[in-house]
Amino acid sequence: MSTHAATSSTAVAGEAPRTNYLNDGHTLKSWLLTVDHKRIALLYLAAITVFFSVGGLLALLIRAELFTPQGELFDSDTYNKLFTLHGIVMIFFFLIPSIPATLGNFLIPIMIGAKDVAFPKINLLSWYVYMTGGSMAVLVIMLGGVDTGWTLYPPFSSTYSNSNVALTAMAAFVTGFSSILTGLNFMVTIHKMRAPGMTWFRLPLFIWAHYATSLVMLLGTPVIAITVFTMALERVFHIGIFDPTAGGDPVLFQHMFWFYSHPAVYIMILPGMGVISEVIACFTRKRVFGYPFVAMSSLGIAVIGFIVWGHHMYVTGQSAYADIVFSVLTYIVAVPSAIKVFNWTATMYKGSVSMDTPMVYAMCFMGLFLIGGLTGLFCANLGLDVHIHDTYFIVAHFHYVMVGSAMFAYLAGIHFWFPKMFGKMYPEGPAKFGAIIIFVGFNLTFFPQFILGYLGMPRRYHFYPEEWQVLNVLSSAGAMTLGSGILLSMLNLGYALINGPKASTNPWMAKGLEWEKASSPPVTANFETPPVVTEEAYNYPSQLPSPAHH
Amino acid sequence: MSQHAHAAPGGVRLAHHFDDLQQQHESAQLGMWGFLLTEIMFFGGLFLAYIIYRNLYPHAFELASHHLNVVMGGINTAVLICSSLTMALAIRTAQTGGGRVPQIFWLSLTLVFGATFLVIKYFEYREKFELGLIPGPSFIDSHEAIASFGLDEVRHARIFFSLYFAMTGLHAFHMIVGIGLMLWMMRCSWKGYFTPSNYDGLEMFGLYWHFVDVVWIFLFPMLYLLGAHAGGGGHH
Repeated sequence: MSTHAATSSTAVAGEAPRTNYLNDGHTLKSWLLTVDHKRIALLYLAAITVFFSVGGLLALLIRAELFTPQGELFDSDTYNKLFTLHGIVMIFFFLIPSIPATLGNFLIPIMIGAKDVAFPKINLLSWYVYMTGGSMAVLVIMLGGVDTGWTLYPPFSSTYSNSNVALTAMAAFVTGFSSILTGLNFMVTIHKMRAPGMTWFRLPLFIWAHYATSLVMLLGTPVIAITVFTMALERVFHIGIFDPTAGGDPVLFQHMFWFYSHPAVYIMILPGMGVISEVIACFTRKRVFGYPFVAMSSLGIAVIGFIVWGHHMYVTGQSAYADIVFSVLTYIVAVPSAIKVFNWTATMYKGSVSMDTPMVYAMCFMGLFLIGGLTGLFCANLGLDVHIHDTYFIVAHFHYVMVGSAMFAYLAGIHFWFPKMFGKMYPEGPAKFGAIIIFVGFNLTFFPQFILGYLGMPRRYHFYPEEWQVLNVLSSAGAMTLGSGILLSMLNLGYALINGPKASTNPWMAKGLEWEKASSPPVTANFETPPVVTEEAYNYPSQLPSPAHH
Repeated sequence: MSQHAHAAPGGVRLAHHFDDLQQQHESAQLGMWGFLLTEIMFFGGLFLAYIIYRNLYPHAFELASHHLNVVMGGINTAVLICSSLTMALAIRTAQTGGGRVPQIFWLSLTLVFGATFLVIKYFEYREKFELGLIPGPSFIDSHEAIASFGLDEVRHARIFFSLYFAMTGLHAFHMIVGIGLMLWMMRCSWKGYFTPSNYDGLEMFGLYWHFVDVVWIFLFPMLYLLGAHAGGGGHH
């Protein structure tokens, strides 16, 4: 609650050291050439917020077009470019880096008791690589956009499209390397930089989630890099590898594309699951139920996630045996996700639950992820998928996972760690109000799309029969609501950044090195004295008898 | 790591965020192996394409393979293996406290081998240009290509040459990057950075260099030696 935050902040006001990472150097150079993981996290935060806004505006334009069945606002070409750019910007420049590059960068070293990530300069390099890729994407927009859909399937992309496909492919290629560098840094940091006493099974679940994510980044991202690179070669030099008229196979592209792009879904969701574990433990005052299972389920998702890609290709004519194997594996990958949801729910049971803003977001996450995950099983079903493939049902399903889950987790995390990152508290009322508006707007946008898809409305079309208008209008109205909720939350945090009251070291009375040992905001070296870890994660005082540890 | 490192006695360089040299060394090692893993996946995409198309079009691949210059490829294989030896000797010298002159000697020799490889590669590529074996839309209409492969297989031979140029080109790009890094290593060597207590930079570069060599060890038989066991003529 804001009340206990305010009282505790007055209690310890003045204790925070005067020099922290935010005011340790004021020049532009001290930001642009910083090797401090916390400043790099903020550089990412700024850039990601810009791309998120661009992607969001594109989404609003799409929904504005779909208010009417006739397609009055844009012509078909422009509409194709709108949904393509929305997908590319949101996936490559928002969802994939969102939690790892901002919260992960900021928190991983602090949570494990390190001074920095293992390779600080490579960390900075990753931001510049990201910005280079981002600039190329902006250039694509300025040159007139791209119309292939974010999936860039040949032969349309390699042969027939008249838009800036090669540059888009190179933008994705370049941005991929920032993801690889981030993953490499996280993997080594978590292995080698843990403070004395920080054993693997004392790690916060946020760290386990990021460890699993980093493995997916390392093993998956190079494959998309070579895939889009080969596609660009195909387009520019006509090398024939993906060209059916030259003996090549466009379905090979789909295999290689989804070998990364399905695990990429887990790059987007796993860090969010890490955030939710932290938030739920804090606001229920309990250790996460079944900690080792939640930790291992992250690894399980990362590993099994690599062998389910064929479920995107049931209708491409891949062998029926492959279909069956991919279908079974897809059902199996739902198990570790379900373990997480059950365990979070069990954590809340008999917990001391307080409904602060991060917890509101976390509760929304659990409900929406449940819907997103369960509808994923519909799509994994070989028979049903033929009916719903490439319809709005799929669109609704992955938006429940990508927006309803990943974005809600991102907002939960941003609100949860905002006091730590900036040393300021935000107004609780508008934050919570914003969360509820976003939740309502989100469901209004995407729930009707399940029905539309089931009725057979295909994705990526901007004309539709008039009898679907009511559901489409509901969806578009929801998108506007969702947009205003996000705007409200962003304004609220922006206001807090300038005018918010000072936050104490531990406004939520949470467990964890970042709350107990690092000031708000932390000093450049993270800790005044290097921490030593002597207890399990989430060791909240419990009413139940627990083994003595003091 | 070098910019914000502080020099301790004996040229030992510990970056600010590590506790000790061992932690720094282990981090560098794990990071480098992790990076090489990403490289394997990166090349892996093209290897996958190669496996699939070779299975689909074995005859065209064999015919096309015979248009590669086995002698030049073989010499290049030997050159790269030698460069791996001299690279290992450069690291060994740093490890045993040999001064900067022997370090730079072995590195220069490695550099010369690497450059030799690229020069030979250049002549190979030029030969392909002269023979008109450049994959592209004109390939299937080219008289030379049709004469060599026949109308049935010319499209599939084009895929072989696409893969040949993509894979060896990507490999050559890694060689060029390696030579750039080698010059940097020589500069570090000259400044006396590599001592028995800390030669991480050189060791990590060595891992990269050996990796690029190993990629070639796979590429050479896959691309140059198809059907060689059948007496070089194939069975058609």
